[in-house]
Amino acid sequence: MLKEGQYHIPSGCAISGIFHKDGRRTDGTEIIRSISTMHDRSNGLGGGFAAYGIYPEYADCYAFHLFYDDPSVKDVCEKFLEEHFEIASMSRIPTRKHPSITDEPLIWRYFVVPRRYKLIETQLSEDEFVVRCVTNINHKFKGAYVFSSGKNCGVFKAIGFPEDVGLYYRLEEYEAYSWTAHGRYPTNTPGWWGGAHPFAMLDFTIVHNGEISSYDANRRSIEMHGYKCDLLTDTEAITYIFDYLIRRKGLTLEEAAHVVAAPFWSTIEKMPPEQKAEYTYLRDAFAGLLINGPFSIMLGFTGGVMALNDRLKLRSMVVGEKGEDVYIASEEAAIRVIQPELDKIWAPRGGEPVIVTLNEDAQGKE
Amino acid sequence: MKKLNVDLMHFEDLNNWVRACEDSEIFLDNLIGQRYVGAASRGKNIIITGTPGNALGAYLDGSTILVNGNAQDATGDTMNSGAIIIDGNCGDTTGYGMRGGKILIKGDAGYRAGIHMKQYKEHIPVLVIGGKAGSFLGEYQAGGVIIVLGKGCEGKQPTGFFCGTGMHGGRIFLRCDEDPDVPVQIKAEVATNEDKASILEYVKDYCENFGGDPEALLREKFYVLTPNSNSPYKRMYTFN
Repeated sequence: MLKEGQYHIPSGCAISGIFHKDGRRTDGTEIIRSISTMHDRSNGLGGGFAAYGIYPEYADCYAFHLFYDDPSVKDVCEKFLEEHFEIASMSRIPTRKHPSITDEPLIWRYFVVPRRYKLIETQLSEDEFVVRCVTNINHKFKGAYVFSSGKNCGVFKAIGFPEDVGLYYRLEEYEAYSWTAHGRYPTNTPGWWGGAHPFAMLDFTIVHNGEISSYDANRRSIEMHGYKCDLLTDTEAITYIFDYLIRRKGLTLEEAAHVVAAPFWSTIEKMPPEQKAEYTYLRDAFAGLLINGPFSIMLGFTGGVMALNDRLKLRSMVVGEKGEDVYIASEEAAIRVIQPELDKIWAPRGGEPVIVTLNEDAQGKE
Repeated sequence: MKKLNVDLMHFEDLNNWVRACEDSEIFLDNLIGQRYVGAASRGKNIIITGTPGNALGAYLDGSTILVNGNAQDATGDTMNSGAIIIDGNCGDTTGYGMRGGKILIKGDAGYRAGIHMKQYKEHIPVLVIGGKAGSFLGEYQAGGVIIVLGKGCEGKQPTGFFCGTGMHGGRIFLRCDEDPDVPVQIKAEVATNEDKASILEYVKDYCENFGGDPEALLREKFYVLTPNSNSPYKRMYTFN
């Protein structure tokens, strides 16, 4: 058998997203169809989806999705959960047997609310408390991984091709106003369940095509703020960077985009004074969070999605619009396959975020 | 003419079908992202509807490919001869390392179009972009001709940043009114009538496919970009 390096697989990851600005919710059929068009961009070592608006009946609870390597770690982890949260509901995440999805961990879902006295005791905000608990579990409990922790949203991921992963998790049974998807072709890091995309922290989810050459600089920088990069892949760091910049530092999405995909100094030099001052400030203040290397990413969050390319645009990404629907994908074909007629289709420039949010009358209903 | 409804067919099957097809006139209907269509082929005339995938016409060796729609990335990668005509927009790295033939794009091209084009004797690749191009147009260009007509740009430079970075041969023509912003190693001069006459044939070709009056277009202001032959990379790589 030929070893890796002795043969060429023409691959690169794939991403795709569907967003309904009017808040309309649709099941997972279309996003699966879209991502499966780009089958040959991934190699079966990871596929996943994020969906927003899927748990309206538990909209006030944090929805934790967990992988457990074995039942013993589940017992220990559940004790921790019990101690820190009121658990409104818990169950296995429903899956369907699929011939190409194997070596499954235990996959559980918990709808939780932080215990009141714990919040008082720790004097933390709810969100910060949840982040610390998630970091704790992922860092301290060997064999337990919280891979989704937002309200009214969820991540579904596995080792496999994305279309198989979608079937495995029965995504036709969920309805979301926003879907993102990822087909993985791991390059520098192992393909494993926890390393599949999307990566999530609270309601932030990231799917990523590319690789971060500044990973270690970013990891060191973000770990200084209490995050732990335990999932053995670069994309995890991007998720924490956005959580830090947006939730903790209060930057806008645009500002956060200009930190991670900052223009060259030579480009900043030519900007009008006010803009130049802003970009200079962002580069100086968050120097360690500049992400170098090729990437196209989608950041999902409650009520919206942001698409962003690295500043050199070393990965492809197109955005299409039709009525109230917005489509984002690595390849135009992945959009056309589900929506042949588009009002508009374009390729955003490197470092130029495309931000899509729910219409005003649909906000709050998600 | 042989016709095939492609739909979700795998790219390998499609390309085998195209290679085996005895008819030189081929109509491929409803492509959905299939890669390498027409790659390295010669003597065929391929018409496409839908969205062809990456590396359309890579290593093309004399065939003509017409796309009624947009093309994705790496169209005409390292093509040798022939023509690719896109009645729409084109993705990144269009005409990557082209060494001959022509690519005509009605609308816009993505990043790094014409990167590392080269020429040898009578083999002069030509890339014509009707709208605007992304950053790094003609990066490391070593030969050939890139023309950006800048339709819809209202006289502004029809490219992104870093146009012609590392260029050491060939020419880039930009239709615009303002002085283009180019790296110091590049010379940008207003195109003379002689310069314009040398590209009339290509602009005519574009207009025959997508409409417009070539003579009228060429009466407008163009800039021609060439490497600054006064030791262009002085101090960049060596202290000469």
